Amino acid sequence: MKFFELFYKYLPTYLDAMVITIEVTLMSLTIATVLGIIFCLFKLSKFKLLQFLSDTYLSIIRGTPLVVQILFIFFGLPMAFGFKWQIMVVSVVILSLNAGAYMTELIRGGIEAVDKGQMEAARSLGLSYGQAMRKIVLPQAVRTMLPSIINQFIVTLKDSSLLSFFGLRELVQNTRIIVSNNMEYFIMYAIVGIYYWVIVSILTAAAKMIEKRTTYGK
Amino acid sequence: MASKIIVKNLIKSFGKLEVLKDVSTEIAEGEVVVVIGPSGSGKSTFLRCLNSLEEINGGTIIVDGYDLTDKKTDLNKVRQNIGMVFQHFNLFPHKTVKENIMLAPLTLKTMSREEASAKADELLRQVGLSDKTNIYPAQLSGGQKQRVAIARSLAMNPDVMLFDEPTSALDPEMVGEVLNVMKDLVRMGMTMVVVTHEMGFAREVGDRILFMDGGYIVEEGTPDQLLNHPREPRTVDFLSKVL
Repeated sequence: MKFFELFYKYLPTYLDAMVITIEVTLMSLTIATVLGIIFCLFKLSKFKLLQFLSDTYLSIIRGTPLVVQILFIFFGLPMAFGFKWQIMVVSVVILSLNAGAYMTELIRGGIEAVDKGQMEAARSLGLSYGQAMRKIVLPQAVRTMLPSIINQFIVTLKDSSLLSFFGLRELVQNTRIIVSNNMEYFIMYAIVGIYYWVIVSILTAAAKMIEKRTTYGK
Repeated sequence: MASKIIVKNLIKSFGKLEVLKDVSTEIAEGEVVVVIGPSGSGKSTFLRCLNSLEEINGGTIIVDGYDLTDKKTDLNKVRQNIGMVFQHFNLFPHKTVKENIMLAPLTLKTMSREEASAKADELLRQVGLSDKTNIYPAQLSGGQKQRVAIARSLAMNPDVMLFDEPTSALDPEMVGEVLNVMKDLVRMGMTMVVVTHEMGFAREVGDRILFMDGGYIVEEGTPDQLLNHPREPRTVDFLSKVL
């Protein structure tokens, strides 16, 4: 059958492309988590300026389409400041900034879901706010957030396909290159869809498993 | 005896609601003070002000010679010497019983790992839970949780202990085991402030009882004075409902 023939023929190129897709997604999500923690703490802080920074960031990212963000960062910034992006770097920058905003909200939700008594108990023992956050609140927040973090991973993974139009050789770009040679639109776009579907299904299953074991010692 | 805690003209409001209107009292070293009163009287808020869990709006609180309202006071340092036990235990669910107890001494570096471990074992023996060392709080009964919580706050070697309705969330059959641990502390000479509805406990171990209502200390005295010969009508009214 032609489908399997093509599937095997291009398997090596897809494995390379998959590595790039996952690499970009993982790096972006790691940076996005750091951004998320920082902007979440900004949002929870007493300082109006920090709250304002956080609110502005969230509002811009959530108020504009990802494509516009890509175009602006990819073409706009180099034009204004006279430099050239490396495709890997710009991809990670864009996806981190984008996912960072959603991670901020997600982390805030996780922190607020931790019982207030936890912070009070930690502070009453003499721990500073930062120590209480690190040792007591964040570990519990992360645990409840894990399924949503995996969900964000899935979103970013799929979003990374947009960067194919800017030359990042991930799964979609790989397919577009192949298709431009062999004209097998139907089969090749089905194949790339299957690749995404398999990865996402595995991640979804993982999220479900984690969701089931969120209580300690039970 | 020296005053461990001095409260002068304490005022605390939440938004427009003034919960503590003008509270003054002194608590001596080794004294056991029991705070009683109807719900909404401000007794829990009063207790939470004593270790600055609530920021106060007026007056002064001096604990161990440290003025809590002074911006220069290191509240974290002061809190290390004040243990607090909560109604809902607030044990750290992601840590084992022993880790709960060792957390503060290790994080604040007041003990080495060996010292903290030995201290935790000793405290668990003291509260009768040596067999629960390595399990998670979710596996404990309410009474056991509260005993661990007491052990946890004792790990910092505090010289004052605050109890915020420590038995109110417990099933009746578990109240006794927690009160017994508290009585042990009284015997060791701990300075204690206890908000509670346990009148038996107040009568037995309290040196002094404060009756609060409407944001004021309405009446105070020894258990015998306050429980058997109350002077204020509001005290009489309250006691008629709870005794």
